[in-house]
Formats: sequence, structure tokens, C-alpha cells
Amino acid sequence: MFRSHVLVCGGTGCTSSGSQAIIDSLESEIKKNGLEEEVKVVKTGCFGLCALGPIMIVYPEGCFYSEVKAEDIPEIVSEHLLKGRIVKRLLYKETVQEDQVKSLNDTNFYAKQHRIALRNCGVINPENIDEYIGVDGYEALGKVLTEYTPEQVIQIIKDSGLRGRGGGGFPTGLKWSFAAANQADQKYVCCNADEGDPGAFMDRSVLEGDPHVVIEAMAIAGYAIGANQGYIYIRAEYPIAVKRLQIAIDQAREYGLLGKNIFNSGFDFDLELRLGAGAFVCGEETALMTSIEGHRGEPRPRPPFPAVKGLFGKPTVLNNVETYANIPRIILNGAEWFSSIGTEKSKGTKVFALGGKIKNTGLVEVPMGTTLREVVEEIGGGIPNGKKFKAAQTGGPSGGCIPESHFDVAIDYDNLIAIGSMMGSGGLIVMDEDTCMVDIAKFFLEFTVDESCGKCTPCRVGTKRLYEMLDKITRGQATLEDLDRMEALCYYIKQNSLCGLGQTAPNPVLSTLKYFRDEYIAHVVDKKCPAGVCKHLMQVVILEDKCKGCTLCARTCPVGAIEGTVKNPHVVNQDKCIKCGACIEKCKFGAIVKR
Amino acid sequence: MSNKNAGVAFKGTPEQEKELRAVIQKHKDQKGALMPVLQEAQEIYGYLPIEVQTMIAEGLDIPLEEVYGVVTFYAQFSLYPKGQYKVSVCLGTACYVKGSGDIYDRLQQRLGIQGGQCTPDGKFSLEACRCVGACGLAPVMTINEDVYGKITPDDVDEILAKYA
Repeated sequence: MFRSHVLVCGGTGCTSSGSQAIIDSLESEIKKNGLEEEVKVVKTGCFGLCALGPIMIVYPEGCFYSEVKAEDIPEIVSEHLLKGRIVKRLLYKETVQEDQVKSLNDTNFYAKQHRIALRNCGVINPENIDEYIGVDGYEALGKVLTEYTPEQVIQIIKDSGLRGRGGGGFPTGLKWSFAAANQADQKYVCCNADEGDPGAFMDRSVLEGDPHVVIEAMAIAGYAIGANQGYIYIRAEYPIAVKRLQIAIDQAREYGLLGKNIFNSGFDFDLELRLGAGAFVCGEETALMTSIEGHRGEPRPRPPFPAVKGLFGKPTVLNNVETYANIPRIILNGAEWFSSIGTEKSKGTKVFALGGKIKNTGLVEVPMGTTLREVVEEIGGGIPNGKKFKAAQTGGPSGGCIPESHFDVAIDYDNLIAIGSMMGSGGLIVMDEDTCMVDIAKFFLEFTVDESCGKCTPCRVGTKRLYEMLDKITRGQATLEDLDRMEALCYYIKQNSLCGLGQTAPNPVLSTLKYFRDEYIAHVVDKKCPAGVCKHLMQVVILEDKCKGCTLCARTCPVGAIEGTVKNPHVVNQDKCIKCGACIEKCKFGAIVKR
Repeated sequence: MSNKNAGVAFKGTPEQEKELRAVIQKHKDQKGALMPVLQEAQEIYGYLPIEVQTMIAEGLDIPLEEVYGVVTFYAQFSLYPKGQYKVSVCLGTACYVKGSGDIYDRLQQRLGIQGGQCTPDGKFSLEACRCVGACGLAPVMTINEDVYGKITPDDVDEILAKYA
């Protein structure tokens, strides 16, 4: 028994900001103070509040220390762990109220959250199967194998109303029932952990913080559809997740929770990891399976659907990580419990990765039906630096930008599609007045042009033409007719592309055209970029009355574009200027502006 | 396609070849073996020149053009050697909105190379990547295993100096 537990986040965000050094320092300080028998350090998965990393929590007090540095550790150990005096200056500010330490669950960031998929992230040590078992881990698998028939399992999932969290929102129970109905000598269960949407990292956090939940859920799916082999297709860009998953698989095998005759039920199930190699299209289900088979990850036409002819030509169920993370809880708490959360057609919760121009960047899990305003303003803490909110982007390169006028829309699958965006995997990027919406549309199209696999023409050529049109607009060379042609091309690509990548690629353009047409018109008619982002449409100028002639800007300019003599106003040579803005940042008198 | 384009002659050692043959042997009977073999081969050689692809094609009994097709499809496989320090700037949405494009421009300027290239001394190679999943620290750049978050273009020189 330990009297104190120190939980340190070992997720990617906190590891990048140095949490391993903190763990090392903690362990050596604890040893130095002779506390090894009393205090235990646990490296956990992500707590969600990545912006304030590295993060640690000390129990039983529940003190939440944020932005901890290795230099702070001796003080925390000698004051808090040895003498019981909380180091107030390092506490997360939100948890300190009139000198009292309040619970983390009462802070704005956590109060409105409801954690199902993320329930164990930041709570258990992901590299130790006993800790997972200690929080009811593998109980759902045991229950399923000893008490339910496969049909009953599928019925529970159907009744729960769970829909695919990878973006499409297809009912999970229905998908399972299709695969179960097909007779075959071999079936497969796959997990899509190829989280490719830039700005989305919830699957990564589940895999890093709670890998066993995915293994358990895949075994349950295997039992339900009659498959004894599973594959997890994971991005190679997620080394920590790969390592922890492999550890988890090995431990599960050792405990007999994977392998032959699990729970003495006669059911066999095993798993293999397959690494992706950096192709966004492999997040599409048929492309993902083609890639596991060892080919170029190109999609194939559906039907036949994977439930009929999937991996290696056999009936296959493919779900995403977050979908699986809900399964064991549904089995243990019942379908009714799950379907009581959320909206009429979207049950349960959704994890969002908050990013961009928002105070609390990180992971949040909220019930379906929470409004965008609650997520951005209350949980996310609003926009920093007193800037004005412009749009929230959901669904990554397949989604759209949502303006403030739709801020009170309850987030669920159908509402987001109705306003021209989509749930996607759950990336939620906030943009403020400094973001140019034409530039953002161009940014996403550059991405899809790059990632289009090239198999079908509407996507391969169409996205490229669309990108060129956007580029023309940002250079101030487009006409109003170009906007109409661009819109027509968008619908053509949507209707004629082979897979989800092409069918959704024009969404960023269509949604910005719909909600921010005035910005497009400013670029086309006035040849101005209102946000001051598009370099071809702006000039850097020195205000004559404010310039003191200090020469700092001229010395800073990387291309020697600023001319002038000491104590006389300087001038920017527009032919040479690359508009990098270095001079603006350096000027002490605010004399240089972008126009 | 040949090593002529890479500008560097293939310098595989007998030890590396032995390691590769062992990898091929290990995966030979596995379904969909090509991807894992290519991934491990790139670990051994650092990149996948035509000589290595040929050995894999022969070892797994897959046509060379199919191997080449797979190698060129995935962004992670490289036909050319990388620098000693692989500089990578995240151009994912969260980082882009926070100005990682300017950081990428500054790096191209300071290193004197374009994205996807390697400095003539073989020290630095530069590339853009899509989201390392550390969006809370945006904008982010990585050099080999080191991650630098919440940076500005002005931090670039200081960071590069650590590897000089």
C-alpha cells in the first residue's frame, strides 16, 4: 500500500513537453527522501488538457499541477509529498479558489465532460494489464463469452444506438449483423487506428492511455460475428501508441485473454498489428484493407461491402478506435444506459480534439447534443488574446467551417451535415479574425491534392483544378465567374468520386463559399485579403510619421528590402519584399503595418 | 528510379544484407508481408534504393514493379537517403492556423533547401508532415526524435544551432 500516488501524463503532448524528465526526477527525488515505500509514481495516458502540459496529479488530495518543470520536482517532493504542504504556485489556476483547492471535476474544462471512451485515460497505467482489470477490464468480454449468444451481443449494440465514431456515423450493431449473417470459413475484425485527419488525436490518446479497451472490444466483436483473427491498422507516426498496444497484446496473450479457448468458452481470438506508412486515403475502409493485404492503399468500389467481401476477400467488420472504446461499457452498463445519453439519433458521447485559436487546447468528451458554444466558450475557455471568433472547423479535410451564426447548434451527426460540415473523427479547430477563409479552403485542398490516390479521375484531376482556382483567387487574379465555375466543379467532384476522400474533398470550399462569400468577393473584386494572410494581396508599409529611423527593421529584413538612412523615415521596396513580417515584429514604434 | 537520381551510390554492407534476408525469411509466409518487410528494410538501410527493392522482390517472389508501386505510394517510404538530422514541420490544421507555414518558410531559407531535400553535407533534410498529434503544442517541429512545440520563426536559428 502506498499513501500517495503521483500520476504523470505520458501522452504524446506531455511527453513532447518533457514529462519523461519529470518522471525521472520524481523517482530520484523520492528515493533521496526515502519515500519509495510510501509514494508511487504512475505514468498514465492523456488527461486531455494538453495546452498546460506537462501535467501531474497527486492523490489522495487530487492536486492538479500543470506546466511542471523538472526543476520544480525537488520542491514538490520535499514540500508536498514529504511535509504535506501543497505547492500552490504550480497548481492549475482553475483549481484554486479563495485559497481552497477545488476538485478537478468542478473546473470549467472538466465539469461539462462525460467520459466514456476516455474514462481510463489519465487514470491507469496503460502498460500494466492488472490496472485495466482493476477498473473492470475484460469483465465485459467474460460476460459476453459466458452469458450471451452472439445474436444477443449484436442486439445489445443495436439497441444502444452506437454509431461509428470514425466520421461516417453508420450504426455499429447493424454493421456487425451484416458480417455475422455471411457464412464463411474465415472472417476478420479490423480496427481503424489510421487517424489521418490533421488536428484529430483522440484515437491516439485512447491507444496510448487505454490500449486494452480496444483489444477487449475487438474480441467481443470477433465473438459476435464469428471471427477469430483481428488486425489493428495503426499509423506509424504514433510510436508511443504502437509500443503500448504491442505490450498490451503480449500481456493479454499471457493472461489467456487472447489466444485459444478464452474464458474456457471454446472461443479463440488473436490480434496482429499492421503499421500504416503515411497515406491519408488508407483511413477509407476499402483502402485500409487493401493496404493490410500489402498493396498500394487504393479504395475499391462498393458493393461488395466489407461485411460481404472485405480483408483477403472474407467478411470483415471494421470499426474505429473510439467506437471500440465504447463497447465494453455498453456491455457492462446496458444498452439503455448508453442510449439515455445524447440526442435522438446520435447516442452517447463524442470526443473532440480542440485546437487552433483556443485557450484550452486538448481532448474533451461531451454528450452528443452539446452546443458548439458550450464546447468552445465554456470548456475551451474561449479565444485567447481578446480576438474575435470567426469559425470552427470540424471533420478535417472532409468537413466544413461553421460560422458564429450556427454556434448554438447541438452537435450530432445529422445537425453537422445539415449545416454543411460533418462530425468526422472529431477534430475541432477554432479560427479567429486573423484566419483567412479562402486560405484555409486552399490549405485543405492542397492536402487532398497531395493525398488523392489517383485511382479515379474526378478526385485526381478535379481537386487539382479546384486548388488552382483557389490559388488564382488568393493571387487576386480571379473573376466572379470563377466562383460559379468553382462551385459547379465542387458538386461534380462530390457526385463522381469513387471513395469518401473525393466525395467530401470539396466540403471546405463549399462551406466557406456559403458562409464567408464576402471574403471571397473581397479577394476577387477588391483584390484585398481582409484577414491580411494572402501574401500576394498585401503590402508591408512603413508609416512615415511613426518611423524614427532607428534602422532596426532594415537590419532585420532577410532580403534587404528596406531602404533609408539613420534618423530618417525608411521605405519598403515592394519589388524585393517577401512579406515575411519580421520587420513588423521587431519595430518598437508600431510604424510598420500590413495593408 | 535508379540510384543515379539519388546522387549517392548504394553503399549497402554484407551485414545489412544478412539482416534484410532474415527479415524476408521471417515474414515470407505471412499474409500481406510486403509492407512490414519494407518498413523493416527502411529501418536497416534508412531508405529503399532500387537494389534493396530488388532483393525484396526476389525474396518475397513479388514482381519488382509491384514493390516499386507500393514504395512510391506511401509517403513514409523514401527512395533517397535522408539527412543525419531529419527536420520535420507539422503542417496539420492546428499548427497551420498557428503559423507553422512561416516556420517552414524560415527553415527552407536557413537551410538553403526546399522541402523533401537534403543539405549537400548530408546533415539536415527537411520535410513537411501532417499532424504528429501534439496539437496542444502547436506549432510543432521535430528533429529526429526531439519535439519542439509553441515555437516562432525566430526560434529556428537557436534550435538548428543545437545540431550544428
